[in-house]
Amino acid sequence: MLEAREPMSAEAAEVSRPSRRGTLYRGDPGMWSWVAHRITGVLTFFFLFAHVLDTALVRVSPQAYNEIIETYKTPLVNLMEVGLVGAVLYHALNGVRVMLVDFWAKGPRYQKQMLWGILVVWLLVMVPGAYFMLVRTVTEMFGGS
Amino acid sequence: MTLALDKPRTPRRPAARRNNWELASWVFMRVSGVALLVLVLGHLLIMNILDGGVHRINWGFVAGRWSSPFWQFWDLAMLWLAEIHGGNGLRTIINDYARKDATRFWLKVLLYVSMVLILALGTFVIFTFDPNFDA
Repeated sequence: MLEAREPMSAEAAEVSRPSRRGTLYRGDPGMWSWVAHRITGVLTFFFLFAHVLDTALVRVSPQAYNEIIETYKTPLVNLMEVGLVGAVLYHALNGVRVMLVDFWAKGPRYQKQMLWGILVVWLLVMVPGAYFMLVRTVTEMFGGS
Repeated sequence: MTLALDKPRTPRRPAARRNNWELASWVFMRVSGVALLVLVLGHLLIMNILDGGVHRINWGFVAGRWSSPFWQFWDLAMLWLAEIHGGNGLRTIINDYARKDATRFWLKVLLYVSMVLILALGTFVIFTFDPNFDA
């Protein structure tokens, strides 16, 4: 099966710490980045299914579309949109990391540093992103004008 | 990495595959992934973050965007690449986790039917949308 798996680098093979012997394997950060890549990908795929169906209502009538799009503006769904953007952004950034591991000669050596790198970028984008996505909902909920 | 090969006299050795389907799938995930970086992150930025985000979206907003061939093409390309990229990812996941052949088969049937449905519906909507719809 050819896909975006973490390559087993020589270093990763060596880093089997004796202290962990006899305990349950908890994985290298590289494994968790792969797990998160799968989960965010599946969630996004399921959302895409729903999103094409709701957008198809533009073809039914303006009223039908406007009604469904209003649910996207409710506090709970608004919060889920932040989750969606976060999931897609992680998947995008980690996808770049996977390609660098695949195609950049030094990619496998720096895979862990690149993981911390994309997590920092993710945070730097998500903080202002979440602010702009939620600012109106929050002010409306807590007595804004 | 050593290649695991059956011994020559292993009974019922599968015939050598002459096509590189899985290689093409692997390449597609990377090529479409690069395109989706721009298409999807741009879409999310415009629709969710800039200028009031989701709160300014309504039928008229969509009509305004889809009156431009640029955004029609953007959304059409995004629909096809994202659906096939995601569908191919799910195919991999089904192959990894389905334990019985029958489960694997029916999950893939379900996946492929949903992909055809979404691609057909989405393409139909983009091509037949009328921005001057009379309510």
